[in-house]
Amino acid sequence: MRACVVVFPGSNCDRDVAVALRQATGADPVMVWHRDADVPAVDLIVLPGGFSYGDYLRSGAMAAHSPIMRSVIDANRRGTPVLAICNGFQVATEAGLLPGVLMPNAHQKFVCRDVTLRVETSQSIFTSRYTAGQVVRIPIAHHDGNYHADAATLNALDDQGLVAFRYCDADGRPSLDANPNGAQRNIAGIFSRDRTVLGLMPHPERAAEPAHGGTDGRALFDSLLAALG
Amino acid sequence: MRITPEIVADHGLSADEFARILHLLDRAPNLTELGLFSAMWSEHCSYKSSRVWLRELPTEAPWVICGPGENAGVIDIGDGQAVVFKMESHNHPSFIEPYQGAATGVGGILRDVFTMGARPIAILNALRFGDPAHPKTRHLVAGVVAGIGGYGNCVGVPTVGGECTFHTSYDGNILVNAMTVGIARTDRIFYARAGGVGNPVVYVGSKTGRDGIHGATMASAEFDQRSEERRPTVQVGDPFTEKLLLEACLELMESDAIVGIQDLGAAGLTSSSAEMAARGGAGIELDLDQVPLRERGMSPYEIMLSESQERMLMVIRPGREADARRVFEKWELDFAVIGRVTDSGHLVLRHAGAVVADVPVAALVEEAPRYQRPWVPSPPQAAPEIAAPADMAAALRALVGSPDLSSRRWIWEQYDHMVMADTVQHPGGDAAVVRVHGTGKALAIATDCTPRYCAADPERGGAQAVAECWRNLTAVGARPLAITDCMNFGNPERPEVMGQFAGCIRGMAAACRALDFPVVSGNVSLYNETSGKGVQPTPAIGGVGLLDDLRHVTTLALKHPGDALALIGATAGHLPCSAFARTIAGTEAGPPPPVDLAAERRNGDFVRREIHDHGVAACHDLADGGLAVALAEMAMAGSLGATITATPGALPLHAWLFGEDQGRYLIEVPAGRAQGLLARAAMAGVPAILLGRVESLDSLTLPGGCSISVAALRTAHEAWLPAYMGEG
Repeated sequence: MRACVVVFPGSNCDRDVAVALRQATGADPVMVWHRDADVPAVDLIVLPGGFSYGDYLRSGAMAAHSPIMRSVIDANRRGTPVLAICNGFQVATEAGLLPGVLMPNAHQKFVCRDVTLRVETSQSIFTSRYTAGQVVRIPIAHHDGNYHADAATLNALDDQGLVAFRYCDADGRPSLDANPNGAQRNIAGIFSRDRTVLGLMPHPERAAEPAHGGTDGRALFDSLLAALG
Repeated sequence: MRITPEIVADHGLSADEFARILHLLDRAPNLTELGLFSAMWSEHCSYKSSRVWLRELPTEAPWVICGPGENAGVIDIGDGQAVVFKMESHNHPSFIEPYQGAATGVGGILRDVFTMGARPIAILNALRFGDPAHPKTRHLVAGVVAGIGGYGNCVGVPTVGGECTFHTSYDGNILVNAMTVGIARTDRIFYARAGGVGNPVVYVGSKTGRDGIHGATMASAEFDQRSEERRPTVQVGDPFTEKLLLEACLELMESDAIVGIQDLGAAGLTSSSAEMAARGGAGIELDLDQVPLRERGMSPYEIMLSESQERMLMVIRPGREADARRVFEKWELDFAVIGRVTDSGHLVLRHAGAVVADVPVAALVEEAPRYQRPWVPSPPQAAPEIAAPADMAAALRALVGSPDLSSRRWIWEQYDHMVMADTVQHPGGDAAVVRVHGTGKALAIATDCTPRYCAADPERGGAQAVAECWRNLTAVGARPLAITDCMNFGNPERPEVMGQFAGCIRGMAAACRALDFPVVSGNVSLYNETSGKGVQPTPAIGGVGLLDDLRHVTTLALKHPGDALALIGATAGHLPCSAFARTIAGTEAGPPPPVDLAAERRNGDFVRREIHDHGVAACHDLADGGLAVALAEMAMAGSLGATITATPGALPLHAWLFGEDQGRYLIEVPAGRAQGLLARAAMAGVPAILLGRVESLDSLTLPGGCSISVAALRTAHEAWLPAYMGEG
């Protein structure tokens, strides 16, 4: 599997996800600067976490207009999967790769901690190594992770099985207490309609090896390796 | 413009100091030159009151690459790698404008570290706030925490630890001390020295605006009723630009283009150019028309004294300007050649075609005043009787839920403490542990100080701060290597304050020597005083230790029911000046516990050896709240209970449980290994007893059969800070 990681000015989880990809696949991903015109020919494009353009204006809004994003969107139209983590998720919604928007957390504070997530489906190239209903522990670290969309969009996500992860309690219930940011329907991650884009607020690359204190994020990278070779 | 005595006084210079300037220049300075002297001779930049005392601190060890005097200290951790670290205060600005004050404090200390060629890998903060009941405290806590998080989170360096305590002496002067730790290659350390006559002096980063003018002078004066009017002297931070500056500098440092580099911190362009010239024994000539400005019409005075953030000054090798410019343009940062290195020994400033200042560099730096301020020793404290509480369990619950000992989760969950994916031990333990990227090694990092000890007995308090830091690093399994210090005190012109400073330095120096734990960098913040009332003496210590093997990392959480608990170190039941005395008995009087540095070393070396050679399941140092609080913290972290089977002997139970005798650790080992541990301790001359055992039940059982639920302790422990901040 050949992957690339798009680096925007202000990205700061680009190295972390590159390490996780290398550990899972044995190969270093290509780091692509945001001003490049084209993404290289790869099997996976990663939009990493961080504060692209300092989150100024609105998180993800300026990066969505970086030169490279046109090429990312084109590549995805031709079928190249996109993994969009945290700020990458924000960029992906701003760029129209995913529906909805990530609003500031309901409590108006940055939050960094482990959360428990329910894997909603294993029917995707991103989640095949999980089982549906599995409860996993992966960290979050964001100020704007409060997923919002209109009712029709939320219903469509639910009806088509496009919710990838929900914040839940230890028993897998998506309770109010388990929701760290106010996201509607406890949504932590969603797929695009064709399931070639996954956007999620949690950071699987921070739960990918024993030194992280948890390895529940590793299966996401293993899933990609299984699907993309 | 004629320089009148009023103008001199407005610049924070005394009549004697002005006379010295006249003598050094052999003429009257113009206003721009007076501004240069005002900044460079401020307490903040010149260390004029503290320098004679700082010399007493040991600064050398075989592993020290660079001690105090540079932007940060540098130590060797083997394999061609160095740790670069420093702690710095941003107290005055944070009180006036908490969000920006704290944010720019983080920004400044990050630059101090990456300017030396290191990638920052961890941030810590030592915070002191006023009484929780004081009307400003809550607002200051909220602003400072948000500011630290807002900056560090965006730059992408994890904030992994620190401390936060409350005391009424900080009502009018909070302390915000930020520490950054970075990793560099030992063969690629960059120093802040100008060299090579004719070499270009290059300005990079953000544009210069009118913010922060005279920040260094403001930070060198007491507060009064009008201090809030000084808000315009506080700088505004832009962490996004800092992130770009960090990446651009590190990218350029991969080449050999840079001769010397220094960040623009306090006193901006003035201190960076003068200090680089002084260290290199050179002169510098600047053309201020070339400085990138945010607004038109700025005077030379304003350009030189602006403390706009996210700026750097570099001396570049001849012919490498184009390479350097390319890197900074890639990162969309300003890049301007603003001057040349000269051999004149003078700092010469040109503006609009004319020379607007011409001052010998030595007059600004080496010739700055040094004061041997009068001092008086702090009076010894008589020990009060500390009565036993009616209910030991209730006292323990009150302590773990008190402002100083309750959980700081509300704070550290607002900090990204995991970015860079190398944080091994998260906040809440004895020390943060951060892996050295791509290796099996890790750094342990902690900040410590017990200001109430320093107030009661500065020398003992200074020694204790260093010893506790050393102990915290030891408790996670690390070999302590070196410290940075941040000396926060009141007005040095008061002999009592100078006496506190002198005492703390002596205590620190003794501890540093006894523990082979030298000072490699530091910062002094004086005049933390409002209307004649100073803060408790607060020499914050930031320590760094090395774990050669990540597998030795030890946490404080209890692990296995049935394991034995051993108490290492001697217990004498010292209660005066303790957290128990303050919180439960309601008295802050009395001497702090004695610090036996030889025992400290012996006990710590023993514990570290046990961790490395035999493995221990959990380890925790004993500090505020003594044995009972330490055990409660271990139980809460592990969600397990414990029974104390040892008895206090001749000591009153409350003194045995809550006394703060130093040099002690609680460790958990499998029951079958307890006797071997005690035997080895006896061989090493280390006091050790079998204290009790780990239980699966959710309760702590104290001597006398009194027990308390761990869940109830956790509720009290976790509740205070969120409730105080209005989120309970």
